[in-house]
Amino acid sequence: MKKLLMSGNEAIARGVYEAGVRFASAYPGTPSTEIMEEYAKYDGVYAEWAPNEKVAVEVAIGAALGGARALAVMKHVGVNVAADPIFTVSYTGIEGALVIISADDPSMHSSQNEQDNRNYAKFAKIPMLEPADPQEAKEYVKLAFEISEQFDTPVFFRSTTRVSHSKSVVMLSDPLAPRDKNTLTRNAGKYVMVPVNARVRRVEVEKRQQALKEFAETFPENKMEINNPEVGIITAGMPYNYARDVFPEFSYLKLGMVYPLPEKLIREFASKVKKIYVVEELDPYLEEQIKAMGIVVTGKDIFPYTNEFDPGIIKNAINGNMDTSLSPYTDPLAPRPPNLCPGCPHRGLFYALKKSKAYVHGDIGCYTLSYLKPLEGLHSCICMGASIGMAHGMSKALGEKGKGKVVGVIGDSTFLHSGITPLLNMVYNNSDALIIILDNSTTAMTGMQEHPATGYTLLGKESKIVDLKVLVSALGVENINVIDPNNIHEARVAIKEALAFGGPSVIIAQKPCVLFKRANIKPQPSLRVDPDKCEGCKACLDLNCPPISWKKGITKEGSKRKGISFIDETICNGCGLCAQVCKFGAIG
Amino acid sequence: MIDSKVKSILFAGVGGQGILRASDIMCMAMMEAGYDVKKSEVHGMAQRGGCVTSHVRYGTKVYSPLAELGSIEILISFEKMEALRYLKFLRKDASIIVNTEEIYPPAVNMGDSTYPDDVIGFLKNHYGRVVAFNAAELAQKAGNIKAANVVLLGAASKLLNVEISVWESVVRQSFPQKLVKLNLDAFQMGIAA
Repeated sequence: MKKLLMSGNEAIARGVYEAGVRFASAYPGTPSTEIMEEYAKYDGVYAEWAPNEKVAVEVAIGAALGGARALAVMKHVGVNVAADPIFTVSYTGIEGALVIISADDPSMHSSQNEQDNRNYAKFAKIPMLEPADPQEAKEYVKLAFEISEQFDTPVFFRSTTRVSHSKSVVMLSDPLAPRDKNTLTRNAGKYVMVPVNARVRRVEVEKRQQALKEFAETFPENKMEINNPEVGIITAGMPYNYARDVFPEFSYLKLGMVYPLPEKLIREFASKVKKIYVVEELDPYLEEQIKAMGIVVTGKDIFPYTNEFDPGIIKNAINGNMDTSLSPYTDPLAPRPPNLCPGCPHRGLFYALKKSKAYVHGDIGCYTLSYLKPLEGLHSCICMGASIGMAHGMSKALGEKGKGKVVGVIGDSTFLHSGITPLLNMVYNNSDALIIILDNSTTAMTGMQEHPATGYTLLGKESKIVDLKVLVSALGVENINVIDPNNIHEARVAIKEALAFGGPSVIIAQKPCVLFKRANIKPQPSLRVDPDKCEGCKACLDLNCPPISWKKGITKEGSKRKGISFIDETICNGCGLCAQVCKFGAIG
Repeated sequence: MIDSKVKSILFAGVGGQGILRASDIMCMAMMEAGYDVKKSEVHGMAQRGGCVTSHVRYGTKVYSPLAELGSIEILISFEKMEALRYLKFLRKDASIIVNTEEIYPPAVNMGDSTYPDDVIGFLKNHYGRVVAFNAAELAQKAGNIKAANVVLLGAASKLLNVEISVWESVVRQSFPQKLVKLNLDAFQMGIAA
């Protein structure tokens, strides 16, 4: 069999393909995005980007009701968006199979929270599998589809950043031939969740729960390894690897299925070892359930509630040691925060917006990076689509005091994800806030995914382009202005006018992402600073553009200048913003 | 000959330097040489000019893709000051390969902070084996500044128990045909550095 180095996400995609699954829907989000991108490369699959996770799940439910093996993929917070259909498809079950992948992000490497989505499994009464590495990821996702078919239930598959974005050696298997069982089967009593039917299905869910609990007892991926009987570790997912590395001598119960739990197996393990630690990141999810069985275990008394683990955290917690690793270098090092790219179209817009002194509600995307100094472009950011509702709410609460001072900013992909209904609400309820749609023609933050306004599908087929101006106009917004955000003067005038306008306004700041290959942006010649003209005022530094630096000590006769600006020509792409903000005409 | 004990290597640098590609190539070489290998890194926000690290661990059987503090045997730093950021991860007898290229963080660009002085001298005072050279200049000589990552891999290959033929085979598989020769040259320059 072929052996490949694969990331967790590549392995998941491969597993889905090997399972004969040919239907998937998703919305991109780190650390889940590559699952769909990789899956879409396999021959004969149907894969689509949905505008948001709720739609993705509903599309997959529809496919599964038509008899397909269907997949929906999202990051952990995407499950919040999709929670509504998920909780009720748990009641109905499906005709084919349905697997929902949740890629969680302990430590919030690229997320606004680190919610532990194992809780969703228990909450929605949906079984959940959790692999520990790419090889397991490939095998478990296949098992997830089998469980879904066998028990007529949606199945959750949980990954975390360290599983999705680690790479290791994976053995490939031959893919199953896709079985086309797709057919129209009407069964309204099972699928129309009016109360009278839902009450019947509710009982079925509990019967299924019992059957799944029995299944979990002998599920081969719930594995017991008895070594030293003094200490046993109960764990699941990536933390198993960390613990196994630092304590190879201990006994282990590694749970491949984290919901429902195999109570008899856990009792058997407890009878074989003296002291038990539950090693799990984030919530005491396993710990609380095991303690409720009356089994004495040690968990969050010694392990952190917050952030992902690593081998050292587990070793120190169990040995009762403090971390004693020291760096011989003790001076502070300048941090290296992520930044908007050179030539990014968001930079000019946020520079102009800061001058308006408005309160800016932000949203999720590259532009969230404008929060950092010196642009300081955002004053709030909660979740996808929230900027618009929050701007409206603040504007209403402040009344006259907030007039001309409240703005919401949202990217094109995020607007289509969950910004349309709150904008409709702004029109309906007569808002005074200004919404700026930062339209860079792609889903940039996660790596240039298509969406309904890009003109292409995930499979590369041309499709209708949603015209954002027409869409906004159709929602009832009358004051709409489309601008070029790289023209700072134009942006400032547009923002000023829109803030003075009574009633909802929308500015569409339109300029493709500089990294977006299809936009085919020809880099302009890089700019340079004329050392004779530069007065060292640092105005250009307010743009926080990576090529621009300032060096002290370069003085000029007859000037108070203490130093001058430089532009690193190797990374400047000549967008020209710095030339616009220089009062001395020193950049060109 | 396979070393059975698990060894850990840390790649560090700045988003856009080809760090993840380099650690991929190393993992493929380890796999071809018969080792079990795992690596871990974080994508997403870090791409936008932020710090990037990648852990590579190999041996007969590897569990964790993340290394413990104090366990790294080789640090490959793609940028000079970034080498200082991760010394906590290093064993006292670690080897360090460091690109002497400087990329200023925003606080240094704005004059609010300074770039550390004599990084290489500091590293040499504290670690037994420090190989420091400008990988970008060597890559430029090989034909493209972007091949600096492969130059650094070449330098690292001297510290690892993997045949040169394996490295060359993996480099060939990792680039489109027209870039293979350039990268093989870059790899050789790293070996000679």
